[in-house]
Amino acid sequence: MNKRKTIFSAFPLCLCVSVVRFVPFALALLAVSPAPTFAGDGGRTAKPVIEIANPGKCIAPADEMRRNHMEMLKHQRDRTLRQGIRGEPASLNACIECHASKTTGSVLGSDKNFCQSCHTYAAVKLDCFECHQPKAGFKATGVRP
Amino acid sequence: MTAPQMPTARRAFIAAAGAGVAGLGFTAIAPGLHLMAVGGANASEARKAASAASSNVRWGLLIDANKCAPGCTKCIDACHSENGVSEKLPDPRQNSQWIRKIELVDRRPGKTQGHTTQLPMMCQHCANPPCVDVCPTGASMKRADGIVLVDRHTCIGCRYCMMACPYKARSFVHAPLTEQNPEVPRGQGCVESCTLCVHRIDKGQQPACVESCPEGAMTFGDLNDPDSAIAKRIASVPTTQVRADLRLDQGVRYEGI
Repeated sequence: MNKRKTIFSAFPLCLCVSVVRFVPFALALLAVSPAPTFAGDGGRTAKPVIEIANPGKCIAPADEMRRNHMEMLKHQRDRTLRQGIRGEPASLNACIECHASKTTGSVLGSDKNFCQSCHTYAAVKLDCFECHQPKAGFKATGVRP
Repeated sequence: MTAPQMPTARRAFIAAAGAGVAGLGFTAIAPGLHLMAVGGANASEARKAASAASSNVRWGLLIDANKCAPGCTKCIDACHSENGVSEKLPDPRQNSQWIRKIELVDRRPGKTQGHTTQLPMMCQHCANPPCVDVCPTGASMKRADGIVLVDRHTCIGCRYCMMACPYKARSFVHAPLTEQNPEVPRGQGCVESCTLCVHRIDKGQQPACVESCPEGAMTFGDLNDPDSAIAKRIASVPTTQVRADLRLDQGVRYEGI
């Protein structure tokens, strides 16, 4: 019994050692192999169709906006709501004013419209507009009590 | 019990520190002792862009119930169109109420029996708000200038604050909405109440109800500023905080109830 136990516990250790030995070979193999092709920079992958109504006016370069717009909006929303700081460059309403489609007047509604196009493509849920108004310049009328 | 006496050296240091701060208004009340005023006279005006709400200001509302006309709903209409409260649900009890009018009838025998009082009721913007105390997520909050708000980003719609509010000032949004005004986001699954038109205040404007009242029954202003119209009025006429016994120190005051 005792002997068996020792064999079983020693087995994974042997495996680790062999893996470690293999690592330099694996690295060398990677170095000589051609660069991997990721989805996105190849012409065969579908890209989102974005209609930009007012190009060239954004608060930051497109790459930065694509990566960080959610962080910008998240921090701005807390400062605006909790501290009352208004007029910051990052603002959802400012996004909508610029990016609302000229045909639908909204950032939602079709897969060509600004917010929806990328979020559908990336399969990221778009919760902002459960509460926020997606149409630019919208004016609600209210209802009589 | 009296507060412990501050050592003289420390007092002198504080006075000297006060004298050293630039941009603050202060008056000498005794040699070496200054009365400092932070913020200044223009605190009630529109704040500069990218500046935070200040605790030197406390926004308040004074409602003169004697001037409030029976049957008039101008303040409610203005509130609803300003804040995009436009849903009409099959069960009207589920519609949001940011402000409502209550009619009080005096039933005590005597001269005043049958006398009615109009009482517009909304979030009272308490200094010690019970809705903020009970909120499990920290969504219910009081801004530095005394405005009580709901952070819908963190509100989970548990409605504990609705239970805690003695004024029934809060509503729950029961149905999906599409008619929000861009400056007033609101949606299903969150609790909401009067924001004192915080988006207008931040622009230096008055709340919509105050602006719409044809009788001029509402006065809006800074309770902390002794020169504001509201503070002068409160200093000169008897005013009431509804359920003052709860010691919540409401920002909304009433006259003539």
